[in-house]
Amino acid sequence: MARLEIKKTYKIYIGGKFPRTESGRFYNPKGIDVNVCKSSRKDFRNAVVVARAAQPAWAGRSAYNRAQILYRIAEIMEGRRAQFISELELQGSSKKQADEEVNATIDRWVYYAGWCDKYQQIFSSVNPVASNHFNFSVLEPMGVVAATAPEESSLLGISTIIATAIAGGNSLIAIASESKPLCSVTLAEVLNDSDVPGGVVNILTGNKDELLPHIVQHMDVNALVYCGSDKKVIIDLKEKSADNLKRIAHYSTDAILSDSGESPYFIKTLNEVKTTWHPIEKVGAVGSSY
Amino acid sequence: MQLVNRNSPPVDQVGIEDRIARVTARSIKSDMKLAGLQMAISMIDLTTLEGADTNGKVTQLCTKAQYLCNEYPELPSVAAICVYPSMVGVAKKALGKSGIKVASVATAFPSGQSSLEVKLLDTKMALDNGADEIDMVISRGKFLQGEYDFVADEISTIKEACGKARLKVILETGELGSLDQVRKASDIAIYSGADFIKTSTGKIPKAATLPVTCVMLEAIRDYYLETGKMIAMKPAGGISKSKLALHYLMLVKEVLGDQWLSNEWFRFGASSLANDLLMQYAKAQTGAYQSSDYFSID
Repeated sequence: MARLEIKKTYKIYIGGKFPRTESGRFYNPKGIDVNVCKSSRKDFRNAVVVARAAQPAWAGRSAYNRAQILYRIAEIMEGRRAQFISELELQGSSKKQADEEVNATIDRWVYYAGWCDKYQQIFSSVNPVASNHFNFSVLEPMGVVAATAPEESSLLGISTIIATAIAGGNSLIAIASESKPLCSVTLAEVLNDSDVPGGVVNILTGNKDELLPHIVQHMDVNALVYCGSDKKVIIDLKEKSADNLKRIAHYSTDAILSDSGESPYFIKTLNEVKTTWHPIEKVGAVGSSY
Repeated sequence: MQLVNRNSPPVDQVGIEDRIARVTARSIKSDMKLAGLQMAISMIDLTTLEGADTNGKVTQLCTKAQYLCNEYPELPSVAAICVYPSMVGVAKKALGKSGIKVASVATAFPSGQSSLEVKLLDTKMALDNGADEIDMVISRGKFLQGEYDFVADEISTIKEACGKARLKVILETGELGSLDQVRKASDIAIYSGADFIKTSTGKIPKAATLPVTCVMLEAIRDYYLETGKMIAMKPAGGISKSKLALHYLMLVKEVLGDQWLSNEWFRFGASSLANDLLMQYAKAQTGAYQSSDYFSID
Protein backbone atom coordinates (compact mmCIF):
# COMPACT_ATOMS: atom_id res chain seq x y z
CA MET A 1 0.00 0.00 0.00
CA ALA A 2 1.29 3.44 -0.87
CA ARG A 3 2.43 5.48 2.09
CA LEU A 4 0.82 8.85 2.79
CA GLU A 5 3.37 11.59 3.19
CA ILE A 6 3.12 13.45 6.50
CA LYS A 7 3.04 17.17 5.84
CA LYS A 8 4.22 19.79 8.27
CA THR A 9 1.77 22.13 9.97
CA TYR A 10 3.28 25.61 9.82
CA LYS A 11 2.75 27.24 13.18
CA ILE A 12 4.04 30.35 14.91
CA TYR A 13 6.73 30.53 17.58
CA ILE A 14 6.01 32.26 20.91
CA GLY A 15 7.93 31.78 24.15
CA GLY A 16 9.69 28.61 23.01
CA LYS A 17 6.41 26.98 22.01
CA PHE A 18 4.72 26.41 18.68
CA PRO A 19 1.08 27.45 19.06
CA ARG A 20 -1.38 28.16 16.28
CA THR A 21 -2.58 31.75 16.14
CA GLU A 22 -5.15 32.40 18.86
CA SER A 23 -7.41 33.85 16.18
CA GLY A 24 -7.65 30.55 14.33
CA ARG A 25 -7.10 32.38 11.02
CA PHE A 26 -4.84 31.18 8.25
CA TYR A 27 -3.87 32.11 4.70
CA ASN A 28 -2.32 30.45 1.69
CA PRO A 29 0.81 32.12 0.34
CA LYS A 30 0.47 32.56 -3.41
CA GLY A 31 1.30 29.43 -5.34
CA ILE A 32 2.02 27.26 -2.31
CA ASP A 33 -0.33 24.57 -1.10
CA VAL A 34 0.06 25.09 2.68
CA ASN A 35 -1.91 26.81 5.38
CA VAL A 36 0.06 29.45 7.27
CA CYS A 37 -1.08 31.16 10.47
CA LYS A 38 -2.42 34.69 10.06
CA SER A 39 -1.32 36.06 13.41
CA SER A 40 -3.46 38.57 15.27
CA ARG A 41 -2.58 41.54 17.45
CA LYS A 42 -3.25 39.34 20.45
CA ASP A 43 -0.58 36.88 19.30
CA PHE A 44 1.74 39.85 19.08
CA ARG A 45 0.73 41.00 22.54
CA ASN A 46 1.39 37.53 23.98
CA ALA A 47 4.77 37.49 22.27
CA VAL A 48 5.68 40.85 23.82
CA VAL A 49 4.84 39.55 27.29
CA VAL A 50 7.19 36.56 26.96
CA ALA A 51 9.85 38.60 25.16
CA ARG A 52 9.83 41.15 27.98
CA ALA A 53 10.16 38.40 30.57
CA ALA A 54 13.01 36.68 28.72
CA GLN A 55 15.06 39.77 27.87
CA PRO A 56 16.92 40.56 31.14
CA ALA A 57 18.27 37.02 31.51
CA TRP A 58 19.37 36.99 27.85
CA ALA A 59 21.14 40.34 28.21
CA GLY A 60 22.67 39.00 31.43
CA ARG A 61 24.30 36.05 29.66
CA SER A 62 27.99 36.57 29.07
CA ALA A 63 28.78 37.94 25.64
CA TYR A 64 30.84 34.83 25.03
CA ASN A 65 27.85 32.59 25.77
CA ARG A 66 25.63 34.54 23.39
CA ALA A 67 28.29 34.03 20.74
CA GLN A 68 28.28 30.29 21.40
CA ILE A 69 24.53 30.14 21.00
CA LEU A 70 24.53 32.09 17.74
CA TYR A 71 27.24 29.81 16.41
CA ARG A 72 25.15 26.83 17.48
CA ILE A 73 22.29 28.16 15.35
CA ALA A 74 24.62 28.04 12.33
CA GLU A 75 25.61 24.47 13.19
CA ILE A 76 22.05 23.22 13.48
CA MET A 77 21.07 25.05 10.32
CA GLU A 78 23.77 23.26 8.39
CA GLY A 79 22.13 19.96 9.37
CA ARG A 80 18.76 21.18 8.16
CA ARG A 81 20.15 22.41 4.84
CA ALA A 82 18.07 20.06 2.68
CA GLN A 83 14.83 21.15 4.31
CA PHE A 84 15.57 24.84 3.85
CA ILE A 85 16.53 24.29 0.20
CA SER A 86 13.35 22.38 -0.59
CA GLU A 87 11.24 25.07 1.09
CA LEU A 88 13.01 27.83 -0.82
CA GLU A 89 12.43 25.94 -4.07
CA LEU A 90 8.77 25.54 -3.15
CA GLN A 91 8.61 29.32 -2.78
CA GLY A 92 10.01 29.99 -6.22
CA SER A 93 13.80 29.93 -5.92
CA SER A 94 15.92 27.91 -8.33
CA LYS A 95 18.08 25.14 -6.93
CA LYS A 96 21.16 27.34 -7.29
CA GLN A 97 19.53 30.39 -5.67
CA ALA A 98 18.27 28.28 -2.79
CA ASP A 99 21.69 26.80 -2.22
CA GLU A 100 23.27 30.24 -2.21
CA GLU A 101 20.71 31.69 0.16
CA VAL A 102 21.23 28.92 2.70
CA ASN A 103 25.01 29.31 2.47
CA ALA A 104 24.75 33.06 2.94
CA THR A 105 22.42 32.63 5.91
CA ILE A 106 24.63 30.16 7.75
CA ASP A 107 27.65 32.39 7.15
CA ARG A 108 25.71 35.35 8.44
CA TRP A 109 24.89 33.60 11.72
CA VAL A 110 28.59 32.82 12.14
CA TYR A 111 29.43 36.44 11.31
CA TYR A 112 27.13 37.84 14.02
CA ALA A 113 28.19 35.12 16.47
CA GLY A 114 31.66 36.55 16.15
CA TRP A 115 30.50 40.09 16.96
CA CYS A 116 28.68 39.17 20.20
CA ASP A 117 31.74 39.66 22.38
CA LYS A 118 33.35 42.37 20.29
CA TYR A 119 30.90 45.14 19.45
CA GLN A 120 30.97 46.46 23.01
CA GLN A 121 34.71 47.14 22.81
CA ILE A 122 34.38 48.83 19.43
CA PHE A 123 31.50 51.14 20.31
CA SER A 124 32.25 51.94 23.96
CA SER A 125 34.44 54.88 24.78
CA VAL A 126 36.16 56.83 27.50
CA ASN A 127 35.32 60.47 26.99
CA PRO A 128 37.40 63.55 27.77
CA VAL A 129 35.61 65.92 30.15
CA ALA A 130 36.58 69.19 31.80
CA SER A 131 35.91 68.13 35.38
CA ASN A 132 37.12 65.57 37.89
CA HIS A 133 35.17 62.71 36.44
CA PHE A 134 35.96 59.46 34.76
CA ASN A 135 33.43 59.60 31.96
CA PHE A 136 32.64 56.52 29.92
CA SER A 137 29.94 55.35 27.52
CA VAL A 138 28.81 51.77 27.01
CA LEU A 139 26.09 50.15 24.94
CA GLU A 140 23.03 48.62 26.57
CA PRO A 141 20.37 46.60 24.77
CA MET A 142 17.14 48.50 24.09
CA GLY A 143 14.98 45.66 25.40
CA VAL A 144 12.13 44.28 23.33
CA VAL A 145 12.47 44.76 19.58
CA ALA A 146 9.84 44.09 16.95
CA ALA A 147 10.92 43.61 13.36
CA THR A 148 9.34 42.95 10.01
CA ALA A 149 11.43 40.79 7.70
CA PRO A 150 12.11 41.78 4.09
CA GLU A 151 9.27 40.59 1.90
CA GLU A 152 11.54 39.31 -0.88
CA SER A 153 13.46 36.78 1.21
CA SER A 154 12.25 33.77 3.15
CA LEU A 155 15.38 32.94 5.11
CA LEU A 156 18.33 35.34 4.82
CA GLY A 157 16.29 38.45 5.62
CA ILE A 158 14.64 37.23 8.79
CA SER A 159 17.86 35.54 9.95
CA THR A 160 19.75 38.81 9.63
CA ILE A 161 17.27 40.88 11.58
CA ILE A 162 17.07 38.24 14.31
CA ALA A 163 20.84 37.92 14.56
CA THR A 164 21.43 41.67 14.76
CA ALA A 165 18.87 42.04 17.54
CA ILE A 166 19.83 39.10 19.75
CA ALA A 167 23.59 39.50 19.33
CA GLY A 168 23.16 42.81 21.16
CA GLY A 169 21.16 41.33 24.06
CA ASN A 170 17.65 42.25 22.92
CA SER A 171 14.67 39.95 22.71
CA LEU A 172 12.67 40.09 19.54
CA ILE A 173 9.36 39.50 17.83
CA ALA A 174 9.93 38.98 14.12
CA ILE A 175 7.17 39.16 11.53
CA ALA A 176 8.01 36.82 8.67
CA SER A 177 7.75 37.58 4.97
CA GLU A 178 4.09 37.32 4.11
CA SER A 179 4.52 35.80 0.67
CA LYS A 180 7.44 33.54 1.63
CA PRO A 181 6.85 32.45 5.23
CA LEU A 182 7.90 28.78 5.18
CA CYS A 183 11.58 29.08 6.09
CA SER A 184 10.81 31.33 9.07
CA VAL A 185 8.90 28.52 10.77
CA THR A 186 11.67 26.03 10.10
CA LEU A 187 14.12 28.63 11.37
CA ALA A 188 12.08 28.77 14.58
CA GLU A 189 12.62 25.03 14.96
CA VAL A 190 16.36 25.56 14.51
CA LEU A 191 16.36 28.31 17.16
CA ASN A 192 14.43 26.07 19.49
CA ASP A 193 17.14 23.41 19.08
CA SER A 194 20.02 25.80 19.63
CA ASP A 195 19.80 26.76 23.32
CA VAL A 196 18.18 30.10 22.52
CA PRO A 197 16.04 30.54 25.65
CA GLY A 198 12.28 30.51 25.03
CA GLY A 199 10.88 34.00 24.52
CA VAL A 200 14.13 35.61 23.31
CA VAL A 201 13.06 35.11 19.70
CA ASN A 202 9.41 34.93 18.69
CA ILE A 203 8.30 34.53 15.11
CA LEU A 204 4.87 35.38 13.77
CA THR A 205 3.52 34.85 10.27
CA GLY A 206 0.73 36.90 8.77
CA ASN A 207 -0.18 40.27 7.37
CA LYS A 208 2.33 43.03 8.12
CA ASP A 209 -0.01 45.89 7.24
CA GLU A 210 -2.51 44.59 9.74
CA LEU A 211 0.02 44.13 12.53
CA LEU A 212 2.21 47.22 12.12
CA PRO A 213 -0.23 49.77 13.62
CA HIS A 214 -0.56 47.67 16.76
CA ILE A 215 3.17 47.10 16.95
CA VAL A 216 4.06 50.75 16.67
CA GLN A 217 1.49 51.73 19.29
CA HIS A 218 2.53 49.08 21.78
CA MET A 219 4.08 50.88 24.76
CA ASP A 220 6.19 47.91 25.81
CA VAL A 221 8.13 47.57 22.54
CA ASN A 222 11.34 49.60 22.63
CA ALA A 223 12.35 49.52 18.99
CA LEU A 224 10.85 48.64 15.64
CA VAL A 225 12.84 47.49 12.62
CA TYR A 226 11.14 47.91 9.27
CA CYS A 227 12.72 46.34 6.21
CA GLY A 228 11.41 47.90 3.05
CA SER A 229 11.28 51.17 1.18
CA ASP A 230 7.64 52.22 1.34
CA LYS A 231 8.04 55.89 2.33
CA LYS A 232 4.43 56.22 3.41
CA VAL A 233 4.81 53.35 5.86
CA ILE A 234 8.04 54.74 7.25
CA ILE A 235 6.53 58.20 7.81
CA ASP A 236 3.48 56.66 9.41
CA LEU A 237 5.58 54.55 11.76
CA LYS A 238 7.68 57.52 12.79
CA GLU A 239 4.62 59.63 13.48
CA LYS A 240 2.91 56.98 15.54
CA SER A 241 6.05 56.20 17.50
CA ALA A 242 6.27 59.83 18.65
CA ASP A 243 3.85 59.06 21.46
CA ASN A 244 5.90 56.29 22.94
CA LEU A 245 9.48 57.20 21.99
CA LYS A 246 10.01 53.92 20.21
CA ARG A 247 13.14 53.81 18.10
CA ILE A 248 12.30 53.20 14.45
CA ALA A 249 14.99 51.69 12.26
CA HIS A 250 14.37 51.13 8.59
CA TYR A 251 16.68 49.20 6.32
CA SER A 252 16.50 48.75 2.59
CA THR A 253 15.91 45.17 1.58
CA ASP A 254 18.95 45.29 -0.71
CA ALA A 255 21.20 46.22 2.18
CA ILE A 256 19.98 43.34 4.31
CA LEU A 257 20.19 40.75 1.56
CA SER A 258 23.58 41.75 0.14
CA ASP A 259 27.01 41.67 1.76
CA SER A 260 26.32 45.01 3.36
CA GLY A 261 23.94 43.12 5.67
CA GLU A 262 27.10 42.21 7.56
CA SER A 263 27.98 45.14 9.78
CA PRO A 264 28.25 45.69 13.54
CA TYR A 265 26.34 48.95 13.08
CA PHE A 266 23.15 46.90 12.81
CA ILE A 267 23.83 45.70 16.37
CA LYS A 268 24.56 49.25 17.49
CA THR A 269 21.27 50.53 16.07
CA LEU A 270 19.39 48.36 18.56
CA ASN A 271 21.46 49.45 21.53
CA GLU A 272 21.34 52.58 23.64
CA VAL A 273 24.39 54.45 24.84
CA LYS A 274 24.69 54.82 28.57
CA THR A 275 27.17 57.42 29.77
CA THR A 276 28.46 57.38 33.32
CA TRP A 277 30.08 60.25 35.20
CA HIS A 278 32.27 58.70 37.86
CA PRO A 279 33.86 61.19 40.30
CA ILE A 280 37.62 60.81 40.67
CA GLU A 281 40.54 62.81 41.92
CA LYS A 282 42.87 64.33 39.39
CA VAL A 283 45.27 61.67 38.24
CA GLY A 284 48.93 62.67 38.51
CA ALA A 285 50.59 65.80 39.85
CA VAL A 286 50.60 67.47 36.46
CA GLY A 287 46.81 67.33 36.50
CA SER A 288 46.46 64.97 33.62
CA SER A 289 43.12 63.31 33.54
CA TYR A 290 41.31 60.64 31.61
CA MET B 1 -20.61 22.39 70.46
CA GLN B 2 -23.12 22.28 67.68
CA LEU B 3 -20.93 23.41 64.89
CA VAL B 4 -18.35 20.67 65.31
CA ASN B 5 -20.92 18.01 64.72
CA ARG B 6 -22.28 19.90 61.82
CA ASN B 7 -21.56 17.97 58.67
CA SER B 8 -20.30 20.01 55.77
CA PRO B 9 -21.70 18.77 52.49
CA PRO B 10 -19.25 16.88 50.29
CA VAL B 11 -17.75 18.82 47.39
CA ASP B 12 -18.00 17.59 43.82
CA GLN B 13 -14.47 18.37 42.70
CA VAL B 14 -14.96 17.37 39.06
CA GLY B 15 -18.13 19.43 38.90
CA ILE B 16 -16.41 22.48 40.38
CA GLU B 17 -13.52 22.27 37.95
CA ASP B 18 -15.90 21.87 35.05
CA ARG B 19 -17.84 24.91 36.16
CA ILE B 20 -14.67 26.99 36.46
CA ALA B 21 -13.56 25.87 33.01
CA ARG B 22 -16.81 27.23 31.61
CA VAL B 23 -16.52 30.53 33.49
CA THR B 24 -12.98 31.15 32.26
CA ALA B 25 -13.81 30.31 28.64
CA ARG B 26 -16.49 32.98 28.44
CA SER B 27 -15.72 36.17 26.57
CA ILE B 28 -16.07 39.55 28.28
CA LYS B 29 -17.42 42.43 26.23
CA SER B 30 -15.49 45.67 26.32
CA ASP B 31 -17.96 47.88 28.23
CA MET B 32 -18.42 45.13 30.82
CA LYS B 33 -14.67 44.81 30.99
CA LEU B 34 -14.23 48.51 31.69
CA ALA B 35 -16.81 48.42 34.47
CA GLY B 36 -15.24 45.23 35.82
CA LEU B 37 -11.77 46.75 35.91
CA GLN B 38 -13.03 49.74 37.90
CA MET B 39 -14.89 47.49 40.27
CA ALA B 40 -11.85 45.27 40.77
CA ILE B 41 -9.70 48.29 41.63
CA SER B 42 -12.19 49.36 44.28
CA MET B 43 -12.00 45.89 45.84
CA ILE B 44 -8.25 45.64 46.29
CA ASP B 45 -6.61 45.22 49.66
CA LEU B 46 -3.28 46.63 48.60
CA THR B 47 -0.87 44.44 50.48
CA THR B 48 2.69 44.49 51.69
CA LEU B 49 3.68 41.73 54.10
CA GLU B 50 7.43 41.47 53.93
CA GLY B 51 10.10 41.17 56.56
CA ALA B 52 11.73 44.06 54.71
CA ASP B 53 8.76 46.44 55.11
CA THR B 54 9.88 49.86 56.28
CA ASN B 55 7.93 52.95 57.29
CA GLY B 56 8.93 54.41 53.95
CA LYS B 57 7.60 51.51 51.94
CA VAL B 58 4.28 51.48 53.79
CA THR B 59 3.92 55.25 53.39
CA GLN B 60 4.64 54.95 49.69
CA LEU B 61 2.03 52.20 49.34
CA CYS B 62 -0.52 54.36 51.15
CA THR B 63 0.20 57.22 48.76
CA LYS B 64 -0.33 54.86 45.87
CA ALA B 65 -3.61 53.70 47.40
CA GLN B 66 -4.92 57.25 47.49
CA TYR B 67 -3.56 58.56 44.20
CA LEU B 68 -3.65 55.52 41.97
CA CYS B 69 -3.21 57.22 38.63
CA ASN B 70 -3.29 60.94 37.88
CA GLU B 71 -4.35 60.42 34.29
CA TYR B 72 -7.59 58.68 35.22
CA PRO B 73 -9.22 60.61 38.07
CA GLU B 74 -12.48 58.72 37.48
CA LEU B 75 -10.95 55.58 38.91
CA PRO B 76 -11.93 54.62 42.47
CA SER B 77 -9.32 54.20 45.17
CA VAL B 78 -8.52 50.77 46.57
CA ALA B 79 -10.52 49.40 49.51
CA ALA B 80 -7.80 48.96 52.08
CA ILE B 81 -4.13 48.65 52.87
CA CYS B 82 -3.02 45.35 54.39
CA VAL B 83 0.09 45.38 56.57
CA TYR B 84 1.72 43.80 59.62
CA PRO B 85 0.54 45.03 63.08
CA SER B 86 3.74 47.02 63.62
CA MET B 87 3.00 49.06 60.48
CA VAL B 88 -0.66 49.84 61.24
CA GLY B 89 0.16 53.17 62.92
CA VAL B 90 2.26 54.31 59.99
CA ALA B 91 -0.43 53.34 57.50
CA LYS B 92 -3.19 54.95 59.52
CA LYS B 93 -1.31 58.21 59.64
CA ALA B 94 -0.42 58.15 55.97
CA LEU B 95 -4.01 57.45 54.90
CA GLY B 96 -5.49 60.16 57.11
CA LYS B 97 -9.11 60.87 56.28
CA SER B 98 -9.03 59.26 52.86
CA GLY B 99 -11.57 56.63 53.89
CA ILE B 100 -9.26 53.81 52.89
CA LYS B 101 -9.27 51.17 55.59
CA VAL B 102 -6.26 49.65 57.27
CA ALA B 103 -6.26 45.89 57.60
CA SER B 104 -3.70 44.14 59.71
CA VAL B 105 -2.69 40.52 59.73
CA ALA B 106 -2.46 39.09 63.22
CA THR B 107 -2.39 35.87 65.28
CA ALA B 108 1.19 34.82 64.50
CA PHE B 109 0.79 35.35 60.77
CA PRO B 110 1.54 33.47 58.54
CA SER B 111 1.98 30.11 60.31
CA GLY B 112 -0.37 30.61 63.24
CA GLN B 113 1.94 28.45 65.32
CA SER B 114 1.75 30.16 68.68
CA SER B 115 -0.28 30.23 71.86
CA LEU B 116 -3.68 31.90 72.14
CA GLU B 117 -2.22 34.51 74.54
CA VAL B 118 0.35 35.58 72.01
CA LYS B 119 -2.27 35.66 69.25
CA LEU B 120 -4.55 37.83 71.38
CA LEU B 121 -1.72 40.22 72.15
CA ASP B 122 -0.86 40.36 68.47
CA THR B 123 -4.47 41.22 67.65
CA LYS B 124 -4.66 43.78 70.45
CA MET B 125 -1.52 45.48 69.20
CA ALA B 126 -3.00 45.85 65.73
CA LEU B 127 -6.29 47.19 67.14
CA ASP B 128 -4.55 49.62 69.51
CA ASN B 129 -2.65 51.00 66.56
CA GLY B 130 -5.95 51.66 64.84
CA ALA B 131 -6.59 48.71 62.50
CA ASP B 132 -10.08 48.67 60.97
CA GLU B 133 -9.88 45.04 59.96
CA ILE B 134 -8.02 42.03 61.30
CA ASP B 135 -6.79 39.22 59.06
CA MET B 136 -6.24 36.18 61.30
CA VAL B 137 -4.87 32.79 60.34
CA ILE B 138 -6.39 29.55 61.56
CA SER B 139 -4.25 26.86 63.20
CA ARG B 140 -3.91 24.54 60.23
CA GLY B 141 -1.97 22.00 62.30
CA LYS B 142 -4.84 21.62 64.73
CA PHE B 143 -7.37 21.56 61.92
CA LEU B 144 -5.53 18.78 60.13
CA GLN B 145 -5.32 16.85 63.42
CA GLY B 146 -9.09 16.99 63.56
CA GLU B 147 -9.24 19.40 66.52
CA TYR B 148 -12.08 21.43 65.04
CA ASP B 149 -13.25 22.65 68.46
CA PHE B 150 -9.88 24.21 69.06
CA VAL B 151 -9.95 26.02 65.73
CA ALA B 152 -13.52 27.22 66.27
CA ASP B 153 -12.81 28.43 69.81
CA GLU B 154 -9.76 30.29 68.66
CA ILE B 155 -11.70 32.12 65.95
CA SER B 156 -14.52 33.10 68.30
CA THR B 157 -12.06 34.31 70.93
CA ILE B 158 -10.28 36.51 68.43
CA LYS B 159 -13.63 37.73 67.10
CA GLU B 160 -14.56 38.81 70.59
CA ALA B 161 -11.27 40.66 70.93
CA CYS B 162 -11.87 42.43 67.62
CA GLY B 163 -14.87 44.36 68.86
CA LYS B 164 -16.05 46.61 66.03
CA ALA B 165 -13.19 45.67 63.67
CA ARG B 166 -14.17 43.25 60.95
CA LEU B 167 -12.50 39.86 61.17
CA LYS B 168 -11.13 38.06 58.14
CA VAL B 169 -10.29 34.42 58.71
CA ILE B 170 -7.49 33.06 56.54
CA LEU B 171 -7.93 29.36 55.89
CA GLU B 172 -4.63 28.93 53.98
CA THR B 173 -6.36 26.53 51.61
CA GLY B 174 -3.08 25.45 50.02
CA GLU B 175 -2.30 23.59 53.23
CA LEU B 176 -5.70 22.00 53.73
CA GLY B 177 -5.35 19.28 51.11
CA SER B 178 -8.76 18.88 49.50
CA LEU B 179 -11.82 20.89 48.55
CA ASP B 180 -13.81 18.94 51.16
CA GLN B 181 -11.42 20.25 53.81
CA VAL B 182 -11.77 23.77 52.40
CA ARG B 183 -15.54 23.54 52.76
CA LYS B 184 -15.20 22.22 56.30
CA ALA B 185 -12.81 25.00 57.31
CA SER B 186 -15.09 27.61 55.67
CA ASP B 187 -18.08 26.37 57.62
CA ILE B 188 -16.13 26.37 60.89
CA ALA B 189 -14.93 29.93 60.28
CA ILE B 190 -18.36 31.22 59.30
CA TYR B 191 -20.15 29.64 62.25
CA SER B 192 -17.45 30.89 64.64
CA GLY B 193 -18.08 34.52 63.75
CA ALA B 194 -15.88 35.37 60.76
CA ASP B 195 -16.96 38.49 58.87
CA PHE B 196 -14.79 37.54 55.93
CA ILE B 197 -13.33 34.24 54.87
CA LYS B 198 -10.04 34.51 53.04
CA THR B 199 -8.20 31.89 51.04
CA SER B 200 -4.52 32.37 51.66
CA THR B 201 -1.69 34.17 53.35
CA GLY B 202 0.18 34.60 50.07
CA LYS B 203 3.21 33.12 51.80
CA ILE B 204 3.08 29.63 50.28
CA PRO B 205 3.16 28.77 46.57
CA LYS B 206 -0.39 27.35 46.48
CA ALA B 207 -2.47 30.48 46.92
CA ALA B 208 -5.99 31.43 45.82
CA THR B 209 -7.52 29.51 42.93
CA LEU B 210 -10.93 29.76 41.29
CA PRO B 211 -12.08 26.25 42.36
CA VAL B 212 -11.17 26.92 46.00
CA THR B 213 -12.91 30.29 45.87
CA CYS B 214 -15.99 28.67 44.34
CA VAL B 215 -16.21 26.22 47.24
CA MET B 216 -15.87 29.03 49.77
CA LEU B 217 -18.49 31.12 47.99
CA GLU B 218 -20.86 28.17 48.14
CA ALA B 219 -20.30 27.91 51.89
CA ILE B 220 -21.20 31.61 52.14
CA ARG B 221 -24.28 31.11 49.97
CA ASP B 222 -25.52 28.15 52.02
CA TYR B 223 -25.05 30.09 55.25
CA TYR B 224 -26.94 33.03 53.77
CA LEU B 225 -29.81 30.82 52.67
CA GLU B 226 -29.97 29.31 56.14
CA THR B 227 -29.59 32.40 58.30
CA GLY B 228 -30.01 35.44 56.03
CA LYS B 229 -26.62 36.79 57.12
CA MET B 230 -24.04 37.87 54.58
CA ILE B 231 -20.41 36.85 54.93
CA ALA B 232 -17.71 38.52 52.84
CA MET B 233 -15.06 36.80 50.76
CA LYS B 234 -11.42 37.59 50.05
CA PRO B 235 -9.26 35.55 47.72
CA ALA B 236 -5.60 36.45 48.17
CA GLY B 237 -2.27 35.56 46.67
CA GLY B 238 -1.41 34.82 43.06
CA ILE B 239 -4.05 37.13 41.58
CA SER B 240 -1.94 39.50 39.55
CA LYS B 241 -3.68 39.66 36.17
CA SER B 242 -6.81 41.62 35.28
CA LYS B 243 -8.43 38.80 33.36
CA LEU B 244 -8.20 36.52 36.35
CA ALA B 245 -9.68 39.22 38.57
CA LEU B 246 -12.62 39.57 36.17
CA HIS B 247 -13.17 35.82 36.31
CA TYR B 248 -13.37 36.07 40.09
CA LEU B 249 -16.00 38.78 39.80
CA MET B 250 -18.00 36.66 37.38
CA LEU B 251 -17.87 33.77 39.79
CA VAL B 252 -19.04 35.93 42.69
CA LYS B 253 -21.97 37.22 40.66
CA GLU B 254 -22.92 33.72 39.61
CA VAL B 255 -22.68 32.04 42.99
CA LEU B 256 -23.80 34.87 45.29
CA GLY B 257 -25.38 37.56 43.13
CA ASP B 258 -25.13 41.34 42.77
CA GLN B 259 -25.39 42.05 46.50
CA TRP B 260 -21.85 40.81 46.98
CA LEU B 261 -20.38 42.96 44.22
CA SER B 262 -19.06 45.74 46.43
CA ASN B 263 -15.92 46.15 48.44
CA GLU B 264 -17.85 45.63 51.61
CA TRP B 265 -18.47 42.01 50.63
CA PHE B 266 -15.68 41.10 48.31
CA ARG B 267 -11.95 41.93 48.29
CA PHE B 268 -8.81 40.93 46.45
CA GLY B 269 -5.68 40.53 48.52
CA ALA B 270 -3.00 41.57 46.06
CA SER B 271 0.05 43.73 45.53
CA SER B 272 0.73 43.77 41.81
CA LEU B 273 -2.88 43.40 40.60
CA ALA B 274 -3.54 47.14 40.91
CA ASN B 275 -0.93 48.02 38.29
CA ASP B 276 -2.17 45.39 35.88
CA LEU B 277 -5.73 46.68 36.24
CA LEU B 278 -4.47 50.20 35.57
CA MET B 279 -2.57 49.03 32.51
CA GLN B 280 -5.62 47.24 31.15
CA TYR B 281 -7.76 50.28 31.85
CA ALA B 282 -5.31 52.48 29.99
CA LYS B 283 -5.28 49.97 27.14
CA ALA B 284 -9.06 50.17 26.92
CA GLN B 285 -8.92 53.97 26.92
CA THR B 286 -6.03 54.55 24.52
CA GLY B 287 -6.13 51.43 22.37
CA ALA B 288 -2.41 50.85 22.90
CA TYR B 289 -0.99 48.01 24.94
CA GLN B 290 0.81 49.40 27.97
CA SER B 291 4.23 48.99 29.51
CA SER B 292 5.03 48.65 33.20
CA ASP B 293 7.73 51.25 32.59
CA TYR B 294 5.05 53.93 32.76
CA PHE B 295 3.36 52.82 35.99
CA SER B 296 4.53 52.95 39.57
CA ILE B 297 6.82 50.24 40.85
CA ASP B 298 5.02 48.17 43.46
